[in-house]
Amino acid sequence: MVRILQPEERREAVNRMHELSNQDILLCLQCGKCTAGCPFSNDMDLAPHQIVRMAQLGLIDELKASEAIWYCATCFTCVSRCPVAIDIAAVAEVIRLYLQMDDEARFDPESIPKSLTENAPQQALVSLYRKFGN
Amino acid sequence: MSRYGIFICHCGKNIAETVDVEELTRRFSETGKLTVVEDYTYLCSDPGQNMIRDSIRDNRLNGVVIASCSPTLHEPTFRAVAEQAGLNKYKLEIANIREQCSWVHDATPEATDKAESIIGAALARVMHAEPLVPIKSPVVRKALVIGGGIAGIQSALDIADSGIEVILVEKDPSIGGHMAQLSETFPTLDCSQCILTPKMVAINRHPLVKIYTYSEIEEIAGSVGDFKVTIKQKPRYVKPDVCTACGDCSAVCPVVVPNEFDMGLKSRKAIYIPFPQAVPAVFTLDTDKCLGLFPLACGNCRDACSIGAIDYDMKPTYVEEHVGAVVVATGFDLYDMSNLGEYGYDQIADVVDGLYFERLLSASGPTDGVVRRPSDGTIPKEIVFIQCAGSREPERHKGYCSKICCMYTAKHAMLYQHSVHGGQSYVFYIDIRAGGRDYEEFYRRALDEGVVYVRGKVSKVYEENGKIVVRGSDTVAGGSVEVRADMVVLATPMEPARGTDELVHKLKLGCAEGGWIREIHPKLRPIEAVTPGFFLAGAIQGPKDIPESVAQASGAASKTIGLLNSEEMVKEPIVAAINEDLCVGCRLCVQMCPYNARVWEEDRRVATVNAMLCEGCGVCAAGCPSGATRQDGFTDAQIVAAVEATLEGPKDLIRKIFGPPSSDIVDIEKEMQEMADADGVSVEAVK
Repeated sequence: MVRILQPEERREAVNRMHELSNQDILLCLQCGKCTAGCPFSNDMDLAPHQIVRMAQLGLIDELKASEAIWYCATCFTCVSRCPVAIDIAAVAEVIRLYLQMDDEARFDPESIPKSLTENAPQQALVSLYRKFGN
Repeated sequence: MSRYGIFICHCGKNIAETVDVEELTRRFSETGKLTVVEDYTYLCSDPGQNMIRDSIRDNRLNGVVIASCSPTLHEPTFRAVAEQAGLNKYKLEIANIREQCSWVHDATPEATDKAESIIGAALARVMHAEPLVPIKSPVVRKALVIGGGIAGIQSALDIADSGIEVILVEKDPSIGGHMAQLSETFPTLDCSQCILTPKMVAINRHPLVKIYTYSEIEEIAGSVGDFKVTIKQKPRYVKPDVCTACGDCSAVCPVVVPNEFDMGLKSRKAIYIPFPQAVPAVFTLDTDKCLGLFPLACGNCRDACSIGAIDYDMKPTYVEEHVGAVVVATGFDLYDMSNLGEYGYDQIADVVDGLYFERLLSASGPTDGVVRRPSDGTIPKEIVFIQCAGSREPERHKGYCSKICCMYTAKHAMLYQHSVHGGQSYVFYIDIRAGGRDYEEFYRRALDEGVVYVRGKVSKVYEENGKIVVRGSDTVAGGSVEVRADMVVLATPMEPARGTDELVHKLKLGCAEGGWIREIHPKLRPIEAVTPGFFLAGAIQGPKDIPESVAQASGAASKTIGLLNSEEMVKEPIVAAINEDLCVGCRLCVQMCPYNARVWEEDRRVATVNAMLCEGCGVCAAGCPSGATRQDGFTDAQIVAAVEATLEGPKDLIRKIFGPPSSDIVDIEKEMQEMADADGVSVEAVK
């Protein structure tokens, strides 16, 4: 069941999202064009338009628990097609940032095989840490 | 002796909740300079009006300020009251303390101070106001309708039926507009041409209607009641009164080009008639496509015409007409689909727009009503309709809802399934907007007939193995969807007809966002354009369907008839005036006037004012270097007094307006004595 938050709690979550992502998520009219173009939408537990909808409702806990925010490849197809120019990748990024603030890491750096650290481009590893590490 | 009155309205809580009306009344009363200071809950109510009227009469007031709402709302009301009481109505001013004060401020002492300033400024203006007399002029009892689509036709017919002459101007070779192109019309599915052509015939036969087709407005001068219109008739190179539309010319024409009326689905010749029921039934030679007239490259058509209707030497002609009012009904065009890159237009032949699909569905269309793919002529088995293709996309295309697409897409989807047995329509939509009688029922009928509605917008359209892949989403089911279709129809938004910008400039009308022509008031005066004498009909004002366009066209006709049936035009005397003794004849005003209202009189060497043309913009009064031009209702004395009163601040406002009370008059001798004492010199030295 979709939770409805107390107005103050919801407004605070929405304002904080606006502050950190610089995206006006309240403009979203749920047309679904992001989901239509997203290369991973069918593998996600929450489709991109649903991510924005939950952000509108301030359901940050649900978003934190979702797998979808980790599937986002930041390819920006959604951003380039969105009729109201919402950067959904930035919204997902903020949720990942929240998790980092909670001190939750997605992976243990020790678990990376040595072959990968030696062969992968440095930039890729930095990106990996930025997105999944802590 | 000047006797002034101030009436302050509470407007229920609208003003009184923010502005301390009692305090305002007290401040103005205690000055002792005003004959009447009253406040009242609703001045615009009948008792309120009566109170003002009686007070003006009983106290013999010769200047009144009403502190209330915007003058656009109740200035006429209160000025009529002043007139009833025997006061010149231009000696009454409105101080807008609602829209410009209480509605935009919180309830603070500053809000009350500001209201005092606004009232003070209005009082200063009243004190310097001259009594004025409305300007009257005759009315030309003839109307002009621009645009020969369904809205223009309906307006012209209604006006003519009331016994008033109408000039109808259409830029294309035939009247009929976009409605002539449509197949069937929602929600009743009656054939568009079948209901339109009788009206086209009726207007063509109407003794009071004169139609100029293939013509444009070159220039329009004058003002409400008396416009002088110059109409440019483009050369057809065919004499309309001789041509019998036999088609012999077209048969021998060697040039074959796509026919615009059929959205290029069918061809026409360089000399052509756009469609069989065209009005007038006259051929037109398209010189852009003709092999050449100067020098003559072919000449086949002239040789084939046995009655000598073809005249290669035709030139544009300019006709001058006088009319009293104008109906603007220039309609819409569809948004250019080549802007919609992700939907494959320009790359995929079988991606078309709604009007193109109308021609495919039309029984009198190029395929006789059989839906065929433009690429190979085969009958599509699955077809996708994409709604909001370019509308409701404020950041990329058009921000507005185009309004008619939900209904015409439902119609397309159904008509296609009626036409192709076993065919399947898919409609991608964001919301279904089916407001209007029988519209929701029409949408339900489409659902019932098996049209598959998918709630989500399409992101990409591309070709793969002879199919068109449409990648959209189903936000209800919660994922992306792919449909492999044979054809795609985009419901692209309406936009103002091409050339609207230019027309707006010529007619000096106001525009709304999106380039639509704006009305004076969206709710209460939806038909009148902002410039007096112009009325709006149909989709030039915003997306509209046929019933709405026709209703508004009749409304515009009724407004026109009302205006043209009046004996004379009465105009507010808020216009420029000239003191001829001061005019030095520099003619700066003649150059500056945007309305051609300043007239240079060579023999007397002064620049006079044509009061009927003057819109009271004040440019000439501001620019006149010798101070000869004055703006009635906004004279320098009034404006300076109002500015000074405002700058003075609430406390000293009344003092500024009425001059200092006698006790405050500075005693210069005394002051000088004081200065002399302070400096230890004689009074003479200070002097």
